[in-house]
Amino acid sequence: MTTEALPNTDPSAESAALQQARENNRAALDVTVDKTVGQPFVENPKISTRHVHVFYGDKPAIKDISLDIGRNQVLAMIGPSGCGKSTFLRCLNRMNDTIPTCRVEGDFRLDGEDIYAPGQDPVLLRSRVGMVFQKPNPFPKSIYDNVAYGVRLHGLAKNRAELDEIVEKSLRRAGLFDEVKDDLHKPGTGLSGGQQQRLCIARTIAIDPEVILMDEPTSALDPIATALIEELMIELSENYTIAIVTHSMQQAARVSNRTAYFHMGKLVEVNDTDRIFTTPQHPLTENYITGRFG
Amino acid sequence: MNLGQHISQRYNQELEDIRNQVLKMGGLVEQQTTHALQSLLKHDAILAETVASRDDEVNAMEVAIDEECTRVIAKRQPAASDLRLVIAVIKVITDLERIGDEAQKIAKYTQRLSMRNTVDDLHSELSHLGVLALDTLRDALDAFARLDANKAVEILGRDEAIDKEFNNLSRLLITHMMEDPRQIKSALRVNWCARSLERIGDHAQNICEYVIYLVKGKDVRHKSLEHIRQKYFPDSPSAAAGMNTLSES
Repeated sequence: MTTEALPNTDPSAESAALQQARENNRAALDVTVDKTVGQPFVENPKISTRHVHVFYGDKPAIKDISLDIGRNQVLAMIGPSGCGKSTFLRCLNRMNDTIPTCRVEGDFRLDGEDIYAPGQDPVLLRSRVGMVFQKPNPFPKSIYDNVAYGVRLHGLAKNRAELDEIVEKSLRRAGLFDEVKDDLHKPGTGLSGGQQQRLCIARTIAIDPEVILMDEPTSALDPIATALIEELMIELSENYTIAIVTHSMQQAARVSNRTAYFHMGKLVEVNDTDRIFTTPQHPLTENYITGRFG
Repeated sequence: MNLGQHISQRYNQELEDIRNQVLKMGGLVEQQTTHALQSLLKHDAILAETVASRDDEVNAMEVAIDEECTRVIAKRQPAASDLRLVIAVIKVITDLERIGDEAQKIAKYTQRLSMRNTVDDLHSELSHLGVLALDTLRDALDAFARLDANKAVEILGRDEAIDKEFNNLSRLLITHMMEDPRQIKSALRVNWCARSLERIGDHAQNICEYVIYLVKGKDVRHKSLEHIRQKYFPDSPSAAAGMNTLSES
């Protein structure tokens, strides 16, 4: 049997090797990301998108992405910073409408219905497609009012008793009720970071959306709060469709059914999560999830 | 596939260290097997003694590599090809350790054999089977060192030859036993050695299966050779190996 020599670990050679690796990856990208690898489409999707392009001014942020999000599934979107995953997520409930320089092209459908149709009301759409952000952002109101806010806005409760019931149910589902049941009228901003994020999730599910978008929902939280929210995501996926953007690959591996890997505005690979983390097919996906230069 | 190019140089080094340790353990096990067979065929009790005493080294290496793999899993949470490497290594060293045990069994038998005054010639019949098993082991370790899945699948095809040789040998021994019942005891011992050699071949085959898992990401255990060839190696066995050939199933 033969033993190949160890790779050179001398630092000057290392930077040359590093540059070479980056060159190779760039070359690989130019040549190979014409078509998404894996299975971007599913049967009977909750959300389907086709040929999505997004520009900030003249600068393209997303280049021709087509992707389905399965019903009652968790889809995780991973990729290096600036790869377009958050931009794509924000397209799904028209959050990009609020950015003047942002231009969105392509076909987006929620249960077959065009999200960007002229008559579509973005506020109504966002009640169906809720969003949880990276930093917990409770309103400067009481815990109760935070959760009741959307319910009142959309007139979903007929009376006070019904409102109370929705608030309690939402807090319970978010796994927060037992911790705050005696303090419902204290300010939401007084809670810990993890509790605040669960409050935001309770606020999102209070209006009974169909889809929940999460943009790095645990990146500001400690491991225990993170674990609680990950458990919650898996439970919520029984009733909701969830799309999550995360920088933690372990999180993607733990919570999602499918994983999509974005790279420089393109969708490189989508597949079942188990498959992505054991046998990815595209070299760029492999490099990213194994922590190699990319 | 490459082991290097991680953003963390230390991670590169850790994986490279694990791989090198496995190659070293493979080298030792191969040497143990060669020496065991030599000692048997040449009635060399001293060499047999060395083989028997060095099995501890093999065992210690298995434990050390296992620990290193556990540490990497805990610290790095390897994914994709790195994960497959660590898993494959954990399995490869188990088989290597068992090959070491078989070599030790042969060596101990040789030691007992040398205590007797008369040595019959029955065990010279083992040389062909021994060479087959040793070649399989050597090539399997080579396929692991080079991460060569095509070679690995070629080696899987040799199982039949080893089994056939083992069966032929058993028949021959039975004939001897029937002709001369006084030879039953030594014939049975030779048969145990043959069994050990055949097992060494099987363990080497297992290593080849892990090489295919590592390189191609496909678990080919308990699948027929024909199925493996058709499904994962549609091109000729001499086709170039490489990580980028991960095929769609």
